[in-house]
Amino acid sequence: MNRRMCAFIIGWVLRLEAVLMVPAMICAVYYREAAGLSLLWSALICMAAGLVIAWKRPEDTAFYAREGLVTVALSWVVMSVFGSLPFVFSGAIPNPVNALFETVSGFTTTGASILSDVESLPRCILFWRSFTHWIGGMGVLVFLLTLLPLAGGSPMNLMRAESPGPSVGRLLPRVQSTAKILYKIYIGMTLTQFVLLLIARMPAFDAMLLTFGTAGTGGFGVLNDSLGSYTAVQQGIVTVFMILFGVNFSFYFLILAKNAKQAFKIEEIRLYLAIIVICIAAIATNLILTHTDTPLSAMHHAAFQVGSIMTTTGYSTRDFSAWPEFSRTILLLLMMLGACAGSTGGGFKVARLLILFKTVRKEVTLLLHPHSVKRISMDGKPMDGDVIRGTQVFLTVYVLIFLGSFLLISLDGFSTMTNFSAVAATIGNIGPGLDLVGPAANYSFFSVPAKLVLILDMLAGRLELFPLLVLFFRGTWKKF
Amino acid sequence: MKVIIIGCGKVGMSLARQLYKEHDLTLIDRRTDRINAVPEDIDAMTIVGDGANVTVQDEAGMSEADLVIAVTDSDELNLLCCLIAQKTAAGCHTIARVRNPVYSQQLPFIKERLGISMTINPEYAAALEVSRLLRFPSAISIETFARGRVELLRFKARPEHGLAGLRLTDLHARFRSDVLVCGIQRGDEVHIPDGQFALQDGDLISLIATPQAAAQFFSAIGLSTNQVKSALLVGGGRMGLYLAQMLLAMKIDVRIIEKDLKRCELLSELLPAASIICGDGTSKELLLSEGLSAAEAFVAMTNLDEENILLSLYAKQHTKGKLITKVTRMDFDNIIDELDIGSVIYPKSITTDYILQYVRSMQNSIGSSVETLYRILDEKAEALEFTIREGCEVAGIPLKDLETRDNLLIGCINRHGKIIVPRGHDTIEVGDTVIVVTTHAGLQDVKDILK
Repeated sequence: MNRRMCAFIIGWVLRLEAVLMVPAMICAVYYREAAGLSLLWSALICMAAGLVIAWKRPEDTAFYAREGLVTVALSWVVMSVFGSLPFVFSGAIPNPVNALFETVSGFTTTGASILSDVESLPRCILFWRSFTHWIGGMGVLVFLLTLLPLAGGSPMNLMRAESPGPSVGRLLPRVQSTAKILYKIYIGMTLTQFVLLLIARMPAFDAMLLTFGTAGTGGFGVLNDSLGSYTAVQQGIVTVFMILFGVNFSFYFLILAKNAKQAFKIEEIRLYLAIIVICIAAIATNLILTHTDTPLSAMHHAAFQVGSIMTTTGYSTRDFSAWPEFSRTILLLLMMLGACAGSTGGGFKVARLLILFKTVRKEVTLLLHPHSVKRISMDGKPMDGDVIRGTQVFLTVYVLIFLGSFLLISLDGFSTMTNFSAVAATIGNIGPGLDLVGPAANYSFFSVPAKLVLILDMLAGRLELFPLLVLFFRGTWKKF
Repeated sequence: MKVIIIGCGKVGMSLARQLYKEHDLTLIDRRTDRINAVPEDIDAMTIVGDGANVTVQDEAGMSEADLVIAVTDSDELNLLCCLIAQKTAAGCHTIARVRNPVYSQQLPFIKERLGISMTINPEYAAALEVSRLLRFPSAISIETFARGRVELLRFKARPEHGLAGLRLTDLHARFRSDVLVCGIQRGDEVHIPDGQFALQDGDLISLIATPQAAAQFFSAIGLSTNQVKSALLVGGGRMGLYLAQMLLAMKIDVRIIEKDLKRCELLSELLPAASIICGDGTSKELLLSEGLSAAEAFVAMTNLDEENILLSLYAKQHTKGKLITKVTRMDFDNIIDELDIGSVIYPKSITTDYILQYVRSMQNSIGSSVETLYRILDEKAEALEFTIREGCEVAGIPLKDLETRDNLLIGCINRHGKIIVPRGHDTIEVGDTVIVVTTHAGLQDVKDILK
């Protein structure tokens, strides 16, 4: 393995991270907060480390699948460690493990917090906390390779390892231009949401931070009750944008290419929208029938919560943990499903569910007609056997990691629902779970080992399991 | 002796060239063109026909044959020829080339119950040779004598070894190693050196030593003596399979690149510990991504010689590891040697060597016999191992009093497991085995070393 090249790229990631701390510093200057100094120090440390590690471009720039996976996984770990420095230095989260949990939760766009009183934090630290969502939503390495052609080999190795979904396609012939167009869509939608929230009279600071949280499908809020105290219009705007950010970005690309007809033919998006509509209806009905809420309010909050959980954002307007059992169960199932492939959302992904459904249908047909031949196709194109197999393996690994973590954190002795939803909410990058980890609570009560397990779950979920899994595989580290 | 060779392919012809001078030779092949292609200077009877056909065998005089060598393409035909010969001529020795791994598992049965004297599997023999080289990668080639107690190693002298200008008499004092330089190849010339011979950079030096002494000598001149830890194999044919099995048993990490998916699946089934890569081994990208530069050994053994040579030349630019190239055609060996691509393995030539060894030891006269034979130094010299039996003329006489031929060297005496690098006052005793290096081909008996 070309370790020098891996280190070189990680060094560049750190340099980039230092630069990304600058907006939070500007925020500190604007609000005249002393905590800005902690950001400055962190950025300097980050830059220094980045300069040392990536001082010289290695002579051998060969970069293959193995290097791609390892670099991506390690970048995220290193980035999280350095990203947690401002929290520790400013005294906002003095405990390093808690700070790491918060940062990983930010970068992986999970939104699970260990803070009970968010409002007391300095504004610049809050800004950095939410900004990590925005950075993590699209991926750091993909961003890096749009700026610099670092690797000698194909940058596709990096993109494949960092981008979510069962298969990574190119929208344009060049990987770089593909990444650029994705970032343009991302930034464009972020700006739109920000402007709309301003028009709906949300304070600029809140609007900016909530937009970061929505765009990255993260979920860190500004107020202790998440989005509970904003107006219905503001909540409505966030609802719509959460759902939009959970859509496969190639949909927007097709729209921009004036190919709306084909855009709406994407099977995954149809299924995604259908699930959202059905779940909203089911939960609203459940809320109305159990007299938990008035019809209009029930519709509004059901829509917000389904959008929030399905896209793995994790904002809340109500404490859904206190909702009737049927609604809670629907939300728990949505936690495990997640958003579309190729979006900023996490989770198992609708595309994978679709592939699995199709495989099951094929297998059943094969039982009835043992000699029948059937190729699985998606969006009218035949699917590669490797993608189908990869999806099945993904499910297996997902379930195994899920169950393993569930078992490990149960050592802390909390209720089964708490543990189960905590794992579902972290591996799916959602944030709040149910019961003790519900939207009105936080994760601070878990022991340090349990927090570390959950940190790994968040990283595994964001990186789609395999890059992180590869780190624990002996063959990865062998020279030959 | 009367020798019949069935199958006139590359191995058959190579054997014929070695044997026709001393033996009555008959060549049989099914194909007329092959028989017509037998050069005029090979003085042998030629017959077109099926070697297993009794009429053909009668015509070849099978009943009086002393030795039948069956080296056709087909294992079954080879075995059948030998079986029939066994029945036709009592006491006839038979050698069959059998390459199918399925048969090689029942070799003891073939030898004992069917009475075939010797079977040879070229791919297995070649793989064995490669595995020996990977155990000691500094040498270009390694031959063993006295059941592995003595080795004949060949390496290339480079400026960093500091051997240039050194006389052989000074070698022992300088490096304190008990090794005997027994052959020098300099360009096209081959020397069997005496003590006054001075070495030069670029010489291909052959030396005889025990494995321990050789290791000591190599580390003294700054060559690595460690077994390789990882090997990248291109081509998963029969030889690749045998080699991988041997290397895995030596705890070496093995990665095989093979084009054919079906073959890959079979390999992965037979070699669960190896990593099998399905892809084109001539793709630069694939080679590099599969760790060409990290591998300590690279073995090119696809079915195409040209591909193997190019692969090794390419690999040479990217790795400092040991390079091994399999070459099937023997015609251009002198050109290939000039390319400096590490060790070149000729499975056909290994087959020929094994068979010749058997032939030489068969014609043992009273008193001594050839145990082992290698053709070394570009096949211009031979290294032979003789057993000294009762009544041998050379026994008991100090070596300095023996009037040996020119260009002949007594390399080593093995006295009941004790290895002696001989000096002038040493004697050869009954029961010893001695290793003789010489440019005179066709030594039959140890007494032939005398003038």
